[in-house]
Parts: sequence; C-alpha cells; structure tokens
Amino acid sequence: MQFTSLSFLLFAALTVLVYYTVGKRVQWWILLGASYVFYFFAGAEYLVFILYTTVVTYVTARLMQSRVDAEDAFVAANRDTMEKSERKAYRAAQKKKRLGILSVGLLLGFGLLAVLKYTAFVLAGVNSLLGFFDAGRLSIPTLLLPLGISFYTFQSMGYLVDVYRKSVRAEQNFFKLALFVSYFPQLIQGPISRFGSLSEQLTARHGFDGLSFRAGLCRVAWGFFKKMVVADTAMIAVKELTARTDEFTGVYVLALILLYSAQIYGDFTGGIDITIGLSEMLGIRLAENFDRPFSSKSTKEYWRRWHMTMGTWFTDYVFYPLSVSNSMQKLSKWSRKHLGEKIGKRLPVYFATIATWFLTGLWHGAGWNFIVWGLLNCLVILVSQELQPLYTRFHQKFPRLVASRGWSAWQMTRTFLLMGLIRSLDCYRDVPKTFRLWGTMLTTFNWGSFFGGGWLSFGFDVWDWAVLLCGVAVICIADRCGRDEPVRQKLARRPVLMCAALCALVIVILLFGAYGIGYDASQFIYNQF
Amino acid sequence: MKKKIVFCICLLLVTTLLLAFLQALTMPKYMSSAKEGALIAEYYRETPDHDVLFVGDCEVYEGITPPTLWEEYGITSYIRGSAQQLTWQSYYLLEETLKYETPKVVVFNVLALKYGEPQDEAYNRMTLDGMKLSATKLRAIKASMTEEESFASYLFPLLRFHSRWKELGQEDLTYLFHRDTVSHNGYLMQTEVRGGKAEILPSPLADYTLPAASMEYLDKMRELCAEKGIAFVLMKAPTNDWKYHWFDEWDAQIVAYAAEHGLRYYNFIPLADEIGIDWSTDTYDAGVHLNVFGAEKLTSYLGEILVEECGLESRKTDAALSEIWQKKLDAYYAERNEGKDY
Repeated sequence: MQFTSLSFLLFAALTVLVYYTVGKRVQWWILLGASYVFYFFAGAEYLVFILYTTVVTYVTARLMQSRVDAEDAFVAANRDTMEKSERKAYRAAQKKKRLGILSVGLLLGFGLLAVLKYTAFVLAGVNSLLGFFDAGRLSIPTLLLPLGISFYTFQSMGYLVDVYRKSVRAEQNFFKLALFVSYFPQLIQGPISRFGSLSEQLTARHGFDGLSFRAGLCRVAWGFFKKMVVADTAMIAVKELTARTDEFTGVYVLALILLYSAQIYGDFTGGIDITIGLSEMLGIRLAENFDRPFSSKSTKEYWRRWHMTMGTWFTDYVFYPLSVSNSMQKLSKWSRKHLGEKIGKRLPVYFATIATWFLTGLWHGAGWNFIVWGLLNCLVILVSQELQPLYTRFHQKFPRLVASRGWSAWQMTRTFLLMGLIRSLDCYRDVPKTFRLWGTMLTTFNWGSFFGGGWLSFGFDVWDWAVLLCGVAVICIADRCGRDEPVRQKLARRPVLMCAALCALVIVILLFGAYGIGYDASQFIYNQF
Repeated sequence: MKKKIVFCICLLLVTTLLLAFLQALTMPKYMSSAKEGALIAEYYRETPDHDVLFVGDCEVYEGITPPTLWEEYGITSYIRGSAQQLTWQSYYLLEETLKYETPKVVVFNVLALKYGEPQDEAYNRMTLDGMKLSATKLRAIKASMTEEESFASYLFPLLRFHSRWKELGQEDLTYLFHRDTVSHNGYLMQTEVRGGKAEILPSPLADYTLPAASMEYLDKMRELCAEKGIAFVLMKAPTNDWKYHWFDEWDAQIVAYAAEHGLRYYNFIPLADEIGIDWSTDTYDAGVHLNVFGAEKLTSYLGEILVEECGLESRKTDAALSEIWQKKLDAYYAERNEGKDY
C-alpha cells in the first residue's frame, strides 16, 4: 500500500474516522490494529520480522529494567550501610551486567537486519576475493528485505540503549511497545522517533482538535504535491539520465545532480510531510526531519538539517559512545604520546567520525556506492574542519564580503552542489562509473548540445520542465513564507482560506501529478533503506 | 460561522465542477482518429428498437452494415462492438443493451473467444469508457482490467487521462460537451481499397483449447438470451490474414458447442467465395478487415439467413420507422460516396 495510492488514502481516512469515533481509551488499540493491517498489506510475510524485533526489544528492555529496579531497591535499602565508593562500584558492576543484556539484544536486533540486508553484499565481496585467487564461488541466497526494517530496527535499538542508560523506563505492556515499533505512518521511512517523546503520545487519549487536524490535513496534501508533482516528475528524467550514461555525460551529469536533488527532496520531505501530517491529524506530534536543508551554508549544517532524526540517532548512539569508549580513550592517550598534542587530540574524534559515516552509508544500503557516499560526506566535513583556521582568517580579512548576501548565496550554492554531487552516487549506483561521469563534467564541454535541444532528449518535454520548475518555485516560496511559522499553521487558523488552498492543491496534484498509466508507480526512495 | 460553511460548500461545489470540466477536457474524444473509441457511447443516442443486435469485436463493426440490412430486408439492427472487444465485455454490453430493448436475434462474432485474459488497456478504455455508469459497467470493468489498471480510474477517468493536458488540441475543445455520430448504427465505414492475401502461414499453437474464461461468458450470453426468449446466433466473419487466423481446431469446438446447445453457427471464412468476397477489392487493410464493399456483401448474405432461418420479417411497412431509416441510409450513402477513410 503506497502512501500515494488511493487505497492508502481510504485506509488512512478510515483509521482517522474510527480513531475519533471509538472511545478514547481504545484509541491506541486502533492505531496498533491499523499498523499491523498496513504492514500486512505490505507483505504478510514481513509480519514475522517486525514481531521478532518487537519480542527481542520487549524482552531485552524488561530484563534490563528488572536489573535497574533491583539495583535501585538494593541501593535504597542499603543507603545507610553502603559507602559512596561501594555504591559506585556496585552500580558499575550492575551496569556491566546490563551491558551484557543490551549487547545480546542489539546483536539479535541488528543481527536480523545485518543478515537480511547485508548477506548478499558480503558474499559478493567474498566471491570477488575468491575469484581473485581462483578459489571458486559461494552461492548468494535471495533474502527478503522487509519494508522499513532499517527504520523500525534503529528505533527499537535506540530504545534499548535508552533503557540501558536509564533515560526511559522499559514499557511493561507488550502491545504498547508493539505500537511504538510498528506505528504505521512512520514505519516505512521514518522519522526515527525516540521512545521518550513518542510512546506516551501514542497511548494517550486524544480529543479532536480542529486546528491540529486542519494543519495536519494541509501538510498531508502538501506532501502529496511534493511527491507526485515534483519528485515523480523529476524521476522521469533521472531514470533516463542514469540509464543512458554513455550518452549523457558532461553537462548532463550536472543536470542529473539538479534533477535528482529536486526528486529526493520532494520524495523524502513529501513522504515525511504525509507522515507527520497524518500523525498531527491523530493528535500525535512526531519529530521534524528537515529544516530547509538546501539553504545550508556548510556540509555540517546541511547534515543538521537533512534527515535530522537519523543524524541525531547516529550522533547519540554511535558517535558519542564511540568517542568516550575505553578503546578510544586509550587511542587518545597513545596518539597524544606518539603523535603530539595537536594530532593526538583529533585522532580519536576523526576515527569516531569516520566510523559513524561509514555506518551511515551502510545504513542507506548494502553497496559500495553508499559506503563511498558516507565516507565522502565524512571527508568533506573533516577537510572543512581542518580548513577552519583558514576560513577564519579569510573572514577576518574580508568582513564586508563575508557579511554580504552574495557570499551567503555562494555558500549555499556551493553546499547544495557539493551535496548533490556526492548524492549522485545514489543514482548511478556504480562507484567507478560515477567518478568517471564526474570527470566528464570537466572534460566534456557539451553545453551547446544541451541547450541546442539536448535538454529535451531524456524523456522530458517542455511541459515536464515547466511543471517541475513551477513545482520547485512553489516549494521555495512556501518555504520562504513559512520561515517564522509554517504556511499550513497560518492556513489552519483561517479555515475558509485553507479550504480554498486545499481544493487548488488537489486540482493541481490530480492534473499535473506524475501518476497512473504511462508513469511508473514509484515507491518512496527511502522505503528501500 | 454560517457564512463560512456556505462558502466552503460552494468552494467544494466549484472544485467538483472544475474537476468534472477538466475530466471532460482531458478525455480522448475519438472524433478524428481511433474513431472506434466513440462507438460504444453512440448507442445511448439511438432509439432502442432493433430486430437484431450484433455483439463482438472489429469483425462486426467493420463487417456488418445495418443500413444494408434495412435497405435489402427491412430488418433493423445495431452493432455493439468495439476494438478487440473481449467476450466478457460483449456479455456485459449485451446485458446492458437488454435493459433498454429486447431484440429478436443476437448475433455474436466468435473471434474474441480465443482471449482468456484481459489484453490491452487502450482497447479496454475504448470499450468501457463509453458505457453509462451502472452495476453492469462496474462488473465489466472488474472483469476487463489488466494488472496495471486501477478501478478508480474508470470511475474518475481524469486519473487516467490527466497527462493529456500536454496534448490538448482543437478537437478537445470542439467536442467538450458533445460528440458527432461517427458510425451507422455501430458500423464504422471504411471505403479504402487495399487488397491482399496472407503470404505467411500462421504458427501452430501448443494448445488449441478455447479458454475457459471466455467460454464461461459465452455460456452466460446464451443463457441470458434464452431467458429473454432471444435467438442466439454465432458467426465468424471472413478474414484473409494470418495474424487473426481462425484455426480449424477452434472452429471445431464452436461447431460442437453450437450442436450441443442447439445454436446456429455460421463460419463465413469458407463461404467467402459464395458470399462474393473479392480479397483484392473488398478489404481496406490487406485482408484483415472488410471494407464497405465487402461488408455490404457479407450483410446481404447474412440478411438472407436471418430472414429464412431466423424468421425475421421486413418492417418497411412501418412508415415512421421507414422515415427514420431513410435518414440513416442517406447519411450512409453520403459518406460512402464521399469515400472517407479513417
């Protein structure tokens, strides 16, 4: 059941209707039922995997919680008799035991993801090695990759770490935890929510709030516009440009970078708008995942504003724990001693950054293109960090230039193009081919052929360009107008105007959307991750 | 508050009207090309009073001329046929037509029995979009959809044809709210002469059994006619093309079926010489379909059968009916003499 299908619209409408007509006490049961029905329609066989993750998460969290409770009770009972140092040692010993439980839980949780998602990739790598030594081949099994498994696994494992850190108490009710893992609007492409901010909302009693409902409805419609009018239109050209790479080199690679930027922005932010909007209609507020990322002035800023919940997940659960881990402390000591204070201080941070970006790349997909994508992002961030003193000197020398709008525009354009360039690894899929095509941007000067009719040679006609450019312009204007407060919130307070805007949006989507026969029905790109 | 509600209702109404307008604008009109797409809808403009109803695919709407049947035998008839009309589509069109009238004879062309599954979206649209919304139409849609199609797009064709906004032309504006009549009681005239004979032999099939799905709908048509007291006749139009070859093995199954159920079946392929079909002059596409000259010969031959074997009588004594049909004949000959081709 695709988000942009009629069946999903009917399903969502029915869910909202039942949600508000049944007693508030059972609202969360409706959400749980709807989530499993939604997942059943995605593939009945996938249910086994989500149930597995739910059971593993539930049991691990409960085991850790019982240890925490016992620990707290013991400390409370012996507060008077225990020295502070004894308490500390006791707690440290308990934490270690908890870590053992957590490790098993993470192994089982991530293990399933690793087996299903990365087996073929690893075996293909092994086969390449075996082939090099002429030592035969291993057969590569075809495994199911359940919809949204990366998202719900990361969300569940994040919850386990939170319980381990005592940031949250483990959920006692299995079905409430099952809802947290499977909540259908965010099941297939995030955002990756935290237990602390989502769980209570999911099970709370929600009365109908007209303002919130209207704002959510506007956001859902806006998401449909971004996905069906902008992303799916851009996809027509992106598909052609990536299918005929021998022909489309030089300036066409730049065209692909721009078109794919429009596609993935419309696709991912559109999907998230539908997810958050639908949740808002149900009275549930999900974490935001984007904050106008294409107006970022640096790569670091871009990653604070793009797929924010994934970024914070990796920061909180990978980067920080890795940075303060014992092995990293040892590395820090060693490097300071042997490489000097300046380099030694940075080495552990760099190591943690590289590991985080490697895993971020791997999370996006089992392929070298994703790994290289992650590492290139990392490289750009680290190089920027190293060049920071140079930038500072430049800023001090040319304060007026740096403060000008033109400089901001240059920074934004530079970041946008750089991120787009790296992102094209996602389109071409093949690393050497991508590097070769990047090279052609400098060696093949085919601007004349492009503007002499080539711009209409990759499945795009004048009208498609017009729709895409108008769509992008509308998004830019809406983003600009919504700087202080999102446009949907403003509209929600003026129901008549909102009604008019919704009607106009529906007409535009129905008429100019790239859907139906003649267009490939397209899943959201992030469904694949 | 009341004002706001009224405004919102008006807005919804305007949006609905606008969507209806956009739907009418973007739907193909089938007026200057692919005219067969306009055939099904034309029936609703006709007075439902016919002695014979023809159902089937291109072989009926290109092979039988109702004006000739009237002119020579005083028999009124209508063709409910469309391009690659599948057997279940013929059944549902028959079911729908019988809600409007009860003819004495229903003639079904058997070529489409070879198809057991939905075939082509474009042909489906030409057949189904023209039907009026009814339970019959919904069943026809369900039976006909290919995997890529969606049910909703038949109820709201804007979902299918929305991308035509890029190719809108004068025809879309001219025929926004009305259509011209392109057929003569369902007959789509072709006056071009392009003779030919099949040079390539048809490839043999692995299995000649006619699909169960199409035979099931043949049963349904037979039962429906029996229920209404209508004579159900089977025919196979003559053709001279390998692509649409009618295999002897298929024919044997129809012969057996007709014998089993006491039906009349006329295979006109071996009778082509007797009918007087000249494949060098009576076809407009090298033997695939008959042109108007071939169609008149076939109709003339079939009319005799309808009179002699089905007992149909001339209704030319009915002055009002004669007047209506004279107008139809005038239009028919005007086009025939003009020699228009599509």
